[in-house]
Amino acid sequence: MTRSPIDLVATADDHRVARYAAAAIALSVVEAAIPMPLPGVKPGLANIVVLVVLARYGWRDAVWVSLLRVVAGSLLLGQFLAPGFFLALAGALASLMALGVAMHLPVRAFGPVTQSLAAAFAHIAGQLVVARLWLVPHDGLWLLTPFFALAALVFGLANGLAAARLLEEVGEPPAARPA
Amino acid sequence: MNRALSRRAVLRLIKAGDWVALLLAAAGTAALAPLALSGGAAEKAVVRRDGVVVAELPLNAARRVRVDGALGVSVIEVQPGRARVASDPGPRQYCVRQGWLTQANAIAICAPNHLSLSIVGRTAGHDSLAY
Repeated sequence: MTRSPIDLVATADDHRVARYAAAAIALSVVEAAIPMPLPGVKPGLANIVVLVVLARYGWRDAVWVSLLRVVAGSLLLGQFLAPGFFLALAGALASLMALGVAMHLPVRAFGPVTQSLAAAFAHIAGQLVVARLWLVPHDGLWLLTPFFALAALVFGLANGLAAARLLEEVGEPPAARPA
Repeated sequence: MNRALSRRAVLRLIKAGDWVALLLAAAGTAALAPLALSGGAAEKAVVRRDGVVVAELPLNAARRVRVDGALGVSVIEVQPGRARVASDPGPRQYCVRQGWLTQANAIAICAPNHLSLSIVGRTAGHDSLAY
């Protein structure tokens, strides 16, 4: 064995992101086994983890966890670079942007439920736009929006509640948000 | 488990602003609902002879229309949301036995009589979308 000249030093931050990403990946693998009536409709359980990370460690870590989840999750499920991967990526990017906005709402009145709803609706919006532009270039696709919106409403609320409950348990920011 | 799932415990997780967000999201979803109901719905029946449109019948009122074909008169019957060839002089009666047409892009062809009855939705185009 020759000693590798490349030394990757994993900081405590890296370990933390990796731990949360692992939890998110596990959840997306689990939910892939749940049958859903419409292709593309999923509970998005991994977003619970993203919401917790957002509240505890800020937006940058949430981006890391979310994107690692999309890439590694798709690798595990054999979806990497398949159409579903790009839909998931578009949805994740859109919801991260929505989270970036929603996290600046007054904390007193707006909690993880609002953030989760914003992320869920941004997710379907991002997915539908990419699907319309690329995968299904036909306006008939918009007929699916009511069903996706309903799913976003239900799962957005459920995930938000789950994240809020978890945050109650583990406590809010340990070191506040790094500005 | 009971403690975690009691109604009070759940309500505590939703802040005042969250209710506003939830309401907005629900209203937006409800506003989209008509789209789900109108999707692919039939809007009018089009009768053609030798490919030339001879009648366009909106599917909102019941009526019967007589159309001259190559063999004789076919009767087209329209009811709200559907249409059919009620009678036709053709020998095998394929278009009559097809019954009511309800979906956009459905078609009944009375070939011997040179007539066709097709249903047109809001947007003609693809027959279907498959995943």
